[in-house]
Amino acid sequence: MPSSPHASHPAAPHHTLSVLVENKAGVLTRIASLFARRGFNIYSLAVAPTEDDKFSRITIVVDVESAPLEQITKQLNKLINVIKITELHPDHAVERELLIATVRAAPEVRGQVIQLVDVFSGRILDVGHEDLTVSVDDEPARVDDFEELLRPYGIVELQRTGRVALPKIERPARLRGVRRAS
Amino acid sequence: MIAEGQPTNGGRALIQSLEMEGVEAIFGLPGGAILPVYDPIIDSPIRHILVRHEQGAGHMAEGYAHATGRPGVAMVTSGPGATNIVTPLADAYMDSIPMVCITGQVPLPAIGSDAFQEADITGITQSVTKHNFLVTSAADIPRTIREAFHIATTGRPGPVLVDIPKDIVDPNNPASAMDWYWPDSVDLPGYKPNTRGHPKMIKQAAELICRSERPVIYAGGGILKARAAEALRELAELTGIPVVTTLMARGAFPDDHELCLGMPGMHGNYTAVTSMQESDLLIALGSRFDDRVTGKVPDFAPEAKIIHVDIDPAELGKVRRPDVPIVGDCRLVIEELVRAIGDLGGSDAQPDRSPWRSRISGWQEKYPLTYEPSEPGDGLKPQFVLETLRDHTPDDTIVASGVGQHQMWASQHWKFNHPYTWVNSGGLGTMGFSVPAAIGAKVGRPDRMVWAVDGDGCFQMTAQELVTAAAERIPVKVAILNNAYLGMVRQWQEMFYEERYSEVYLSPDLPDYKLWAEAMGCEGMRVEDPEDVLPAIEKANEIDDRPVVIDFRTDHREKVYPMVPAGQSNSNIVVDPSQGEGGH
Ligand SMILES: Cc1ncc(C[n+]2csc(CCOP(=O)(O)OP(=O)(O)O)c2C)c(N)n1
Repeated sequence: MPSSPHASHPAAPHHTLSVLVENKAGVLTRIASLFARRGFNIYSLAVAPTEDDKFSRITIVVDVESAPLEQITKQLNKLINVIKITELHPDHAVERELLIATVRAAPEVRGQVIQLVDVFSGRILDVGHEDLTVSVDDEPARVDDFEELLRPYGIVELQRTGRVALPKIERPARLRGVRRAS
Repeated sequence: MIAEGQPTNGGRALIQSLEMEGVEAIFGLPGGAILPVYDPIIDSPIRHILVRHEQGAGHMAEGYAHATGRPGVAMVTSGPGATNIVTPLADAYMDSIPMVCITGQVPLPAIGSDAFQEADITGITQSVTKHNFLVTSAADIPRTIREAFHIATTGRPGPVLVDIPKDIVDPNNPASAMDWYWPDSVDLPGYKPNTRGHPKMIKQAAELICRSERPVIYAGGGILKARAAEALRELAELTGIPVVTTLMARGAFPDDHELCLGMPGMHGNYTAVTSMQESDLLIALGSRFDDRVTGKVPDFAPEAKIIHVDIDPAELGKVRRPDVPIVGDCRLVIEELVRAIGDLGGSDAQPDRSPWRSRISGWQEKYPLTYEPSEPGDGLKPQFVLETLRDHTPDDTIVASGVGQHQMWASQHWKFNHPYTWVNSGGLGTMGFSVPAAIGAKVGRPDRMVWAVDGDGCFQMTAQELVTAAAERIPVKVAILNNAYLGMVRQWQEMFYEERYSEVYLSPDLPDYKLWAEAMGCEGMRVEDPEDVLPAIEKANEIDDRPVVIDFRTDHREKVYPMVPAGQSNSNIVVDPSQGEGGH
């Protein structure tokens, strides 16, 4: 689940599933274990309650071919607590990810780091003698770029949230919807 | 009965919930964590059957469900009681058996502390149950039981486990206090099985059927789950299409019907296997393209178009992509299909299939199921024992089998003319299934004669449940086909491991099955000669006040034919050596 410390573009067959579930204990394990049983790696996973606290939305990014993914979504749909699964095509979704990193920023390069954070409309969260803790939230690809540009300074610690996504506010026909029991 | 709104405790509420669900029997064994629930059982009309091992409780619940179509119920204590029932849950999951299993759990405050007899049973059983619950409040008990039965019995049936901490059922604990209620509906927003097939798909299927020249109906266990045997028969008779019945579907279509081809698959008969292989259309009804049926998947029925009907959308396209996928309840879909074919002209709209029929009867004549009669002094032929048993028991006898050679011979040589007469562990292939499953079936259908056909290896795994049967006066009958070996494994070693018989010899006399049976309160018999087979069966049939065990001493060299070696194409089916080399 943790994003790789390196540039984190998922390789070719990358799918984003948005899974609406009942907000009940154990749901996340059930979902994760369906992927694990087939030996699939979950590339990123983010979960939190929705506007209605009876439900949570899980955004899962996986690297699999479409055929095995179809079997997985069908198996996910069989889980009693899963309400709806939608595959979000990147062209028709808004995606965001948050990155927090502590980076080496000795006085002679500090200005450069701050500038970089500025370019990405990020924030400085904490300041030390040698280090800065910074954050950026953006499209996952931009976050990748930021991470890439930050790396030469020396990353002490880094954490990304995994992506969260919603469909764009447009005609629902654009969704490649994977509907329950259809 | 506790009245609506009346104060009570979780334990009593649990039992009353089971009563509300119409449960007539619980198979179980108590222990500390489930004790408070066992107390109100004394006052309940529900019959409790005290097993000797929790695995027995699980298989009994399955046997009960197989034979009656109603959910089987098992109840066990926490920790080891719960883990002992994991195998039956997995078995029920694979074979889509409706079952509700109640497990005791340590008190809520102790969960997660490695308390005495704590096991994370919802975690352990997550992948072998349709769903499971950990109940965390007494007030949730009636609702959860209602949901559990709903989930277990609707859509694709399956096992549901309900784990209940001790404190919320213990009348001496304030945490168990609640007011009785019974929910009048279930609220499961994520669970809405589709039962009605899509009309457009059904029409397409009907058209495909009316164009096909070499069709075969591939009937699976889903036919029985959907109570669709009648509908299946109507479809077959309307179209004149032959039917294969998988191991799970034996009895779903009568074996004595002229359109019945019997069992396909690894040990299926030549005609069933080859008809599927050569077909141009497979009408898969509640069947799941198990590897034991398909053999090597890319070579399976290469020319066949596929119509696949299943209540579980995940089965469609899992193994083979269907040309016409239909999600829905088998009975409802078949009824619609019959109507749609009727609209196209019914039996008059069927193409001339006489060449197909004559090819099929050619295979039937050339490759009947055969075996060589036993030589004097050798062991009994297991097929002969089964045929004698078949011919001298009522037509609607329920047969439960273990797993191994005896299972395949039973499925091959029995004539199943009624649905719900074959009780079997197909998907998981669980040795030790038959004795407890037969007991469960007999509890559910006390009016029927119930025979378990078991191997000597299987029998030794769960025979102790005959103590349960004797004590509870459940008169099942057990035929052990005692070949002194783990026979099916021996067969593979003979055929694929150069006759290196590693760890498969069991001995015919250890234990002494007759004495063991008697020690368990059963009638015990041993049969060595062919002429004693029938008298022993007749004697067993007459005993109705206790279980009977017959130790049939069979020929250990006998192998199951036909056989498609694992992983090979069904075209490589090997028939009995007496029918010629290689079988083709
Ligand atoms: C619990 C379990 N363990 C192991 C196996 C593997 N297995 C399949 S058939 C078989 C042999 C069964 O022997 P027996 O009961 O004597 O029946 P036979 O094949 O001789 O008829 C074994 C060990 C199994 N299916 N189930």
